[in-house]
Amino acid sequence: MPKTLAEKVYDAHVVRSAEGEPDLLYIDLHLVHEVTSPQAFDGLRAAGRTVRRPDLTMATEDHNVPTLDILAPIADPVSRAQVEALRRNTAEFGIRLAPMGDRDQGIVHVIGPQLGLTQPGMTIVCGDSHTSTHGAFGALAFGIGTSEVEHVLATQTLPQYKPKQMAVTVDGELPPGVSAKDVILAVIAQIGTGGGQGYVIEYRGSAIEKLSMEARMTICNMSIEAGAKAGLIAPDQTTFDFLKGRPHAPRGADWDAAVAHWSTLRTDEDAVFDAEVHLDATALTPFVTWGTNPGQGLPIDARVPDPAEFADEGDRRAAEQALEYMGLTPGTPLREIEVDTVFLGSCTNGRIEDLRVAAELLRGKRIDADTRMLVVPGSVAVKAQAETEGLDRVFTEAGAEWRGAGCSMCLGMNPDQLKPGERSASTSNRNFQGRQGKGGRTHLVSPAVAAATALTGRLTAPADLIGA
Amino acid sequence: MDAFTTHTGTAAPLRRTNVDTDQIIPAEYLKRIIRTGFEDGLFVAWRTNEPDFVLNRPEYANASILVAGPDFGTGSSREHANWALLDGGFRVVISPRFADIFRNNSTKAGLLTVVLPEADVEALWNAIEADPALPVTVDLQAEQVTYGSTTVPFQIDPYTRWRLLEGLDDVGLTERHLDDIEAFEANRPAWKPKALPAV
Repeated sequence: MPKTLAEKVYDAHVVRSAEGEPDLLYIDLHLVHEVTSPQAFDGLRAAGRTVRRPDLTMATEDHNVPTLDILAPIADPVSRAQVEALRRNTAEFGIRLAPMGDRDQGIVHVIGPQLGLTQPGMTIVCGDSHTSTHGAFGALAFGIGTSEVEHVLATQTLPQYKPKQMAVTVDGELPPGVSAKDVILAVIAQIGTGGGQGYVIEYRGSAIEKLSMEARMTICNMSIEAGAKAGLIAPDQTTFDFLKGRPHAPRGADWDAAVAHWSTLRTDEDAVFDAEVHLDATALTPFVTWGTNPGQGLPIDARVPDPAEFADEGDRRAAEQALEYMGLTPGTPLREIEVDTVFLGSCTNGRIEDLRVAAELLRGKRIDADTRMLVVPGSVAVKAQAETEGLDRVFTEAGAEWRGAGCSMCLGMNPDQLKPGERSASTSNRNFQGRQGKGGRTHLVSPAVAAATALTGRLTAPADLIGA
Repeated sequence: MDAFTTHTGTAAPLRRTNVDTDQIIPAEYLKRIIRTGFEDGLFVAWRTNEPDFVLNRPEYANASILVAGPDFGTGSSREHANWALLDGGFRVVISPRFADIFRNNSTKAGLLTVVLPEADVEALWNAIEADPALPVTVDLQAEQVTYGSTTVPFQIDPYTRWRLLEGLDDVGLTERHLDDIEAFEANRPAWKPKALPAV
């Protein structure tokens, strides 16, 4: 029977299947961070259990990590206690940890690919919804809760039902200044925050095939924002080239065996998807969000919508609540929205390519005097690479702040937060109420739009800068 | 996990769509390393900033069933959201559509999620707004929600239903199949990566 890519990966990991029960799925890699793991380790201890496969488990510190003075003890005692709990737990159960200060430390979804731990055809889980990022390599990767973290630690498996299959096909050439972030924001605006529920999304089409691994990760990362269980992209030469030579990538004869297997990981021609969505890449423009969920986005050429124009009552009420929270007036051109802060970073857009794109726009210029810009590399390695290329100086000479690696302002768990009423253009993934700090207002944007916005102090497309 | 068979209580109408887990409990409350006491973070921004927020109203203060709009529990995978609802006295959430991870976490934590069509949710909202003291019964055994003279059936997959009715721990169930896990591991390709430090 013809199969989709996701079905092939799923079927290859079924340990046990029985009528009327979920399948038992084997997990190839379990990534762990400090926030969603302490209660899972407590559960193991309470039941006298061990970690079945510490060699398939890796931990890092990211959510609570300050991005200044990273070698000093964390000032917030509650954050510090959580990080210390992870250190105790990983030591007790024999799990590798990349702590603050380690060259391998970084956002969990940045370090997996960077180390070559993320490979095609794998099953990967983490107590974090953005685990879908790893799907860019043709892995089946999804976020889980703390009870499931405990389950994977104890058994290296998870009970699962096979998800439905959705194809999102993006054909054509992306216009200049339009990036992977704009593609995924457009997809979410089209299918809605619940449109992917129960599905794994396979992104395909000529526009996707041309994307770099970094860009593919940006797209798969936000699959969860469309409600999908996971998102993935078939591995190809771009994938293999990215992986070759990375610390955990196979070598020698193992590499050849791996590539031979990875090359079979494509959706069969006559496989049937349960749902299909098509996007024309040539029609896309830079996309920004105006509301408080990632589906409330529009092309930057648009205006703040009028809630009265929404046909569905729930959507109308949601738009009213969003505009009230965001402090926006219907009809305002999106380009006239002024921001206080620009955040470049996160597991969505904190990789080297994201920093390069933004630095190119900022090179030799100064950001707007009333705007603050935080540039936060996704990992220590991304930071080191950027410094080798001189990008740190481009950012600091433009007036931006160059920080240490971590989740930073993507979520309010560390010192990098918006103040009540402050407005950001952010390359992160969620514009939920209070996400970047109590009362903070978030507009999700691409790295290029973030940099252009930093220069003008208002939402700006890169193309707007030409001749300006 | 406590077994869930049937629950009768009053219900609170949360007329909102896309209630993400950051709203259910913001990130600053996730720093704790214990599994209880998350009720102080439950909907804290809305409870603080909106005096007429439904859970601030005395008539709904003791509700144990939350009735919400579609796409409840979107966003972050934090199981703290499920714990906060349980710690805040809720045993059931009813919505036309739940985010997958939230729904899955609920089955592990012992919080029952019930999917009802939007029209049934609307009717239930109207009933509990008209009479906040109206008892609502959610019967997992019979797979139905009853209030006043109305009974609405709901569906849940039989395996999850059985686990909830029995209050069974997933890890224990999986450990019955250790032989299968060992057999699977014996056949994994040798080139699959290990997370140990690379040499």
